Amino acid sequence: MSYQGKKNIPKITSERLLIKGGRIVNDDQSFYADIYMEDGVIKQIGDNLIVPGGVKTVEADGKMVIPGGIDIHTHLQMPFRGTSTVDDFSQGTKAALAGGTTMIVDHVIPEPGSSLLEAFERWREWADEKACCDYSLHVDITHWNDSVRQEALSLIKEKGVNSFQVYMAFKDLYQLSNSEIYEIFTFLGEHGGIAQVHAENGEIIAEEQARMLEMGITGPEGHVLSRPEELEAEAVFRAVTIASQTNCPLYVTRVMSKSAADIISQARKKGNVVFGEPITASLGTDGTHYWSKNWAKAASFVTSPPLSPDPTTPDYLSTLLASGDLSVVGSAHCTFSVAQKAIGKDDFTQIPEGVNGVEERMSVIWDKAVVTGKMDENMFVAVTSTNAAKILNLYPRKGRIAVGSDSDLVIWDTDAIRTVTAKTHHSAAEYNVFEGMELRGAPLLVICQGKIVLEDGNLHATAGTGRFIPCSPFPDFAYKRINARKQLAILKAVPRGMYDGPVSEFSPMSRGGTPSASTRNSPTKAPVRNLHQSGFTLSGPEEAPVRPAGRRTFMPPGGRSNITSLS
Amino acid sequence: MSDCRRQWNREDELPVYLAKPIATGPNQRQKSHGMFSSVEGAYDNKTIDFDQYAVGRKGNRSSRSSSRERIVDGDFEDYEISGGTISSPGERDDGRPGVEITDQAEKECRYEQNNGKSERLLIKGGRVVNDDQSLYADVYVEDGIIKQVGENLIVPGGIKVIEANGCMVIPGGIDVNTCLHKSYLGTPPVDDFYQGTKAALAGGTTMIIDHVTPQPGDSLLEAFEKWQEAADKKSCCDYSLHVDIPHWHEGVKEELEQLVQEKGINSFQVYMAYKGLFQMPDSQLYEAFSFLKEQGAVVLVHAENGDLIAQEQSKILGMGITGPEGHPLSRPEELEAEAVFRAITLGNRVNCPVYITKVMSKSAADTVTNARKKGSVVFGEPITASIATDGSHYWSKNWVKAAAHVISPPLSPDPTTPDHLHSLLACGDLQVVGSGHCAYSTSQKAIGKDNFTLIPEGTNGVEERMGFVWDKAVAMGKMDENQFVAVTSTNAAKIFNLYPRKGRIAVGSDADIVIWDPDKIKTITTKAQQSALEYNIFEGMECRGGPVYVVSQGRIVFEEGKLQVQQGTGRFISRKPFPDIAYQRIKYRNKVMSKQGVSRGMYDGPVYDIPATPKYITPAPSAKTSPTTHQPPPIRNLHQSNFSLSGAQIDDNIPRRSGHRIVAPPGGRSNITSLG
Repeated sequence: MSYQGKKNIPKITSERLLIKGGRIVNDDQSFYADIYMEDGVIKQIGDNLIVPGGVKTVEADGKMVIPGGIDIHTHLQMPFRGTSTVDDFSQGTKAALAGGTTMIVDHVIPEPGSSLLEAFERWREWADEKACCDYSLHVDITHWNDSVRQEALSLIKEKGVNSFQVYMAFKDLYQLSNSEIYEIFTFLGEHGGIAQVHAENGEIIAEEQARMLEMGITGPEGHVLSRPEELEAEAVFRAVTIASQTNCPLYVTRVMSKSAADIISQARKKGNVVFGEPITASLGTDGTHYWSKNWAKAASFVTSPPLSPDPTTPDYLSTLLASGDLSVVGSAHCTFSVAQKAIGKDDFTQIPEGVNGVEERMSVIWDKAVVTGKMDENMFVAVTSTNAAKILNLYPRKGRIAVGSDSDLVIWDTDAIRTVTAKTHHSAAEYNVFEGMELRGAPLLVICQGKIVLEDGNLHATAGTGRFIPCSPFPDFAYKRINARKQLAILKAVPRGMYDGPVSEFSPMSRGGTPSASTRNSPTKAPVRNLHQSGFTLSGPEEAPVRPAGRRTFMPPGGRSNITSLS
Repeated sequence: MSDCRRQWNREDELPVYLAKPIATGPNQRQKSHGMFSSVEGAYDNKTIDFDQYAVGRKGNRSSRSSSRERIVDGDFEDYEISGGTISSPGERDDGRPGVEITDQAEKECRYEQNNGKSERLLIKGGRVVNDDQSLYADVYVEDGIIKQVGENLIVPGGIKVIEANGCMVIPGGIDVNTCLHKSYLGTPPVDDFYQGTKAALAGGTTMIIDHVTPQPGDSLLEAFEKWQEAADKKSCCDYSLHVDIPHWHEGVKEELEQLVQEKGINSFQVYMAYKGLFQMPDSQLYEAFSFLKEQGAVVLVHAENGDLIAQEQSKILGMGITGPEGHPLSRPEELEAEAVFRAITLGNRVNCPVYITKVMSKSAADTVTNARKKGSVVFGEPITASIATDGSHYWSKNWVKAAAHVISPPLSPDPTTPDHLHSLLACGDLQVVGSGHCAYSTSQKAIGKDNFTLIPEGTNGVEERMGFVWDKAVAMGKMDENQFVAVTSTNAAKIFNLYPRKGRIAVGSDADIVIWDPDKIKTITTKAQQSALEYNIFEGMECRGGPVYVVSQGRIVFEEGKLQVQQGTGRFISRKPFPDIAYQRIKYRNKVMSKQGVSRGMYDGPVYDIPATPKYITPAPSAKTSPTTHQPPPIRNLHQSNFSLSGAQIDDNIPRRSGHRIVAPPGGRSNITSLG
């Protein structure tokens, strides 16, 4: 590193920056070019740039320059039973920056029954005060009624939130019923939101948990035993079904098992708009540690859905990630101290759930997928940054190195080797689930909002510099297909003559009533049929065989009516 | 036609000696002891003596009765001489089936038969087809039981003889899914137990299993007795009953136990659809599955996602679609596949056999197939309608026709569905064909003329069931005759624990026998059917294969198109729990699946102090059902083996970061709590 103008005192808040001689890697191509940025925005890309004097220059020496990572799933400063996660927005975003991630998207979790907007404002306040990098927010929908619908609408229209998470697990707390999820998805499909889903079958989990506790299994292994991976797969399948019925894009958070990932790839093959998000932990480690004799270690792995005890899972997930069947990698960073985890020392269902991963995310993917030859560097950029930006409708502002994009850049050192350990990590957690892993690939230099925040292993982050980035609805990445399908999916009735035959007498008692539940909210209000509608029929004009025509008079109103009186 | 017949027989003999173990036993071969010893078997006769292996052939093994020579030996002329009638191959060209009844003492037997009481019966010269093998043998029946199967039977004189002339003799069909007494809004279906079983017998089905459908709130036992009474009075063939569980509560358990232990019911249906009526949430399903598994019952599942259906129905009605096409539109096949997947997941968790009734779509069938490949104990039942027709008729402009097809789950509008289902049936991924027969008249269907959700659901199919399986699967070369027997009869008998009393032609089995003519061609039409329905959904379809004779309880009830049945002759067949085909695997898995905790030292570090606000209680849903109080908390069984998938961790014993535990001691750091 050198300074062109010797007069400048080295200041870390340099507003103008030139990166020379780097290989720019976007999700579509890689090329050698210099980058000039000013005021946090990339102004020029190319060779022999004309830049003002005195600008700070970084020599990249042919190293990779990639768009800064976007961690689409974090839980920083998440309240939990009167306490909160040990990594607040300051600590958590520092860890993110240290790992090459320059933007996080955190989950707002309103208490069931409380206001979405208020919770959103509270999270904004916390993050504005402490975040060191840009952030955005998902809002979790933990209950559903008309006022929630209004609030969600104003969040989409005015507050810059375009993704909402629903829970299929956590019975009696966050869990929503199928019909509520259907309504939420319908709502989101209409207003351009992304439906995120925590997919596990909460009903069965509750039963299994009770069974495990009865059997005397109270340790962390009970967590994974009571949440077998097929419950995850089942819920993913159900979520895909509901989303395809409602024509809403679906985003499955935390894909932890092979079978859940398989369901997603199958659904994508059938054409469903569904995105799967494996997390750092599911790509980097597995669930065998739940059986560790060290309680604190076993408890530190507790997250939902649990890590799969099948040790081949990480490999499988990274393969699907490389093939594009899974779209994006989050971290689900949600850290609790050992003392907090110990709330559940006699009952695994009480252990607060969450693992670390925001710092290790990019390196784990590089090490597991790129170094092993599964994925190329462009795909690496896609799954760590670009796809997330597209889903959030932030592309190309984020997730791409292009003129006009935010200057969130990482110079990636492909050969760096570091050993993950809780002693040196930036998170406040005492345990690291990747403890002892050697990871190849690490950020050499991280630029966030045009400022160098990581250099020579030293972090120069300032709390409160992070900006909230509003996401607009109808991201093209998901909604182009959805919109096209909306036009096709219009159903039409068959215009028929009125049926004028005999109608059987029936007792309109409500209990033994119709098998359909919807009669109450949808009466047969319109006996007038629109005869101008086109008679779309899948079977083509099938009236050619004259048989049915004569059939109508086969049992005229007068004759045959003894059938009704048969018994 | 006679030439065809001969060809047919000749080819079909091939598997017979392959299936039968070699009668004389293989030659014990000498082990060779060194390079100069003779080559093994070098001097043995290499000519295969087929006659030795043949079954049902003239050979050295047994000389068959001189009066009966087989066509395969080439002497067609003396084809058949037994009692009095001579039938030569030529005679059958007039389209009559090649089977004859003869009476050795004609008058007596005619008389007996007219009373429907012929207790002794000999079926001669037929090819007995079971699910595992086919062989030529005679069958002698007495008192409704098969007494002898074989050649040269020694039988008393004066009995009635059916000459099968090489036709197939198969176990009578078992239709596991009928609703002959399920009323809709107070109106009973037009096919009651009399009409329905008549239709069944005419189609070659000699036993039905009907669904008892109590309304929510009704007593299961009372409903069961009502059904039994109705069936005892009217049924013409043996029957048994499934009981549907309309809702789940503690009281149901007692009734279920009684039904299993005392009443001989081993199958119960639960519903994942019909929201607000029969539908159960997953946690109730879990409990129901657990309980029924302990009882050794088979869980039948109506698999459709009722929540979503209710939403879709109101959406579609809101769009102004009120005709029958709204039915399939509001119940897309995905919802069926989703529920099948969920039912199988539940079955796996509880370790309980699951039986999916009415598999109507490709994706549902594929879900069953995939689950079976992974080892789940799951059975799938397509029905007559789903293997013979498709859902394009819902768009018919004839309301009556469209409404006649309304059934749940709906027929798939994809016209390739039947084909796919046959293939899966043929390869064994689907096991049983039911009919879902539930016949409502047009005027009953018209209750829903302005609202498709009110149309009573049900199609016909009990009479056409066997014929269509033959026509679509066997005649097309997808399935062999043994598999045909398996899917129409034997598998059902095994799953519902009726085997080998039903579903097999063997000594000691019930004499429910069908003589099947594979070449009979029949056009389905309302006029010729036994059902009282005005609209047959298979109207006009041609169907190859059909019964020539049907013997139920040892009596001939169907003979050359004429039915001779009597109301009330059907018996209730009680069934024991724990059918082997489902529960053998379950038993072993029970043993393997027991889980054990890890024995650890007690955690003695600091524990975060949580305020006891009940509002906040943990994301764990089980907090209410299983509080930590009622387990013996502190004393852990240290003798338990510490099973660990990962083996011993290298760092297990290193108290790494032990100094770290006090990083957040109860006193310090607590400022985090005051943050928000």
